[in-house]
Amino acid sequence: MKYIRQLFVIVLFSFLGEGLKSLLPLPVPAGIYGLLLLSGALQLHIIKKEAVADTGKFLIEIMPLMFIPAGVGLIDAWDVLRPVFVPVTVIVVLSTVVVMVVSGRAAQRVIRKKKEGGGSGK
Amino acid sequence: MKVFLENSVFFGVFISIFFYETGVLLQRKLKLAVCNPLLVAIAGVILFLLASGISYENYEAGAKYISYFLTPATVCLAIPLYEQVELLKKYPGAIAAGIFSGVLTSLFCVFVLSLAFGLGHGEYVTLLPKSITTAIGMGISEELGGSVTITVAVIIITGIIGNMSAQSICRIFKIEEPMAVGIAIGASAHALGTAKAIEIGEVEGAMSGLTIAAAGLLTVILAPLFGTFI
Repeated sequence: MKYIRQLFVIVLFSFLGEGLKSLLPLPVPAGIYGLLLLSGALQLHIIKKEAVADTGKFLIEIMPLMFIPAGVGLIDAWDVLRPVFVPVTVIVVLSTVVVMVVSGRAAQRVIRKKKEGGGSGK
Repeated sequence: MKVFLENSVFFGVFISIFFYETGVLLQRKLKLAVCNPLLVAIAGVILFLLASGISYENYEAGAKYISYFLTPATVCLAIPLYEQVELLKKYPGAIAAGIFSGVLTSLFCVFVLSLAFGLGHGEYVTLLPKSITTAIGMGISEELGGSVTITVAVIIITGIIGNMSAQSICRIFKIEEPMAVGIAIGASAHALGTAKAIEIGEVEGAMSGLTIAAAGLLTVILAPLFGTFI
């Protein structure tokens, strides 16, 4: 029973997200709207965590599988990618690494500063 | 046999999970970053399709049922985020700093490298949304006059690279705070990276999920401005 109820809530928020997507003229997917709506509902205690947690964690755990079909779709993109393959590969690899390092170090710097500054409790 | 596989409803999902599990076993035995389960799954299915002559359309007709759950799963990222909401309240500055610097760095990097390679406007704006989630990236690319097919391919390749290399990069560059690791992965490799962040830990996963949404929305605002640079 509880799985049906939880799935119902999750599908409801996916559906609400879809509704917002059709109303707002932004290139934002239904899932992101749904995520924001469910975050708000959890925060305001409209929805209890227990009402979505088990089914939600199952879906999150199998999430990597959901990217396989899109990845396999690269098979059809090869013809358009080939002429720009070298610059695209260099840009993709370099910028992914640089972004990860810059944003991670920036966040870490602020976290550690705060821990040192306000860390009298520790 | 080929006709049977082409018409099978479960074949696409079956080989997807089969190669993913193969990747999990390989990684456990060999402990190499290249044996990333997602990469093994995608490469395995592609090689199988090429070898058997089964088309992507036939594979996708069955496999699309796993992708169908992507929206509900994204919605569920609200759950780990809710569980870590105390961190959100305690470190709003760190989260904002990580996400802002990540988005700006991504746009700026693509701009500088596109200049270096002498790319035209079309190619440049195609690459601009490469670090954010597919659906938002597609919209931006289309709006700015890029090639949506290449944008999707580039976003997926970015995600696979991020998923594969996240742990090594964070180790080499000493990104050790779990929150910072999550933000770094979400900002650089969107949902595909988040799948890895969730594996690493609860805080990492929650922060990565939050970052996908925030970085995506921020890119919607900033990309049109960067789009005018080339």
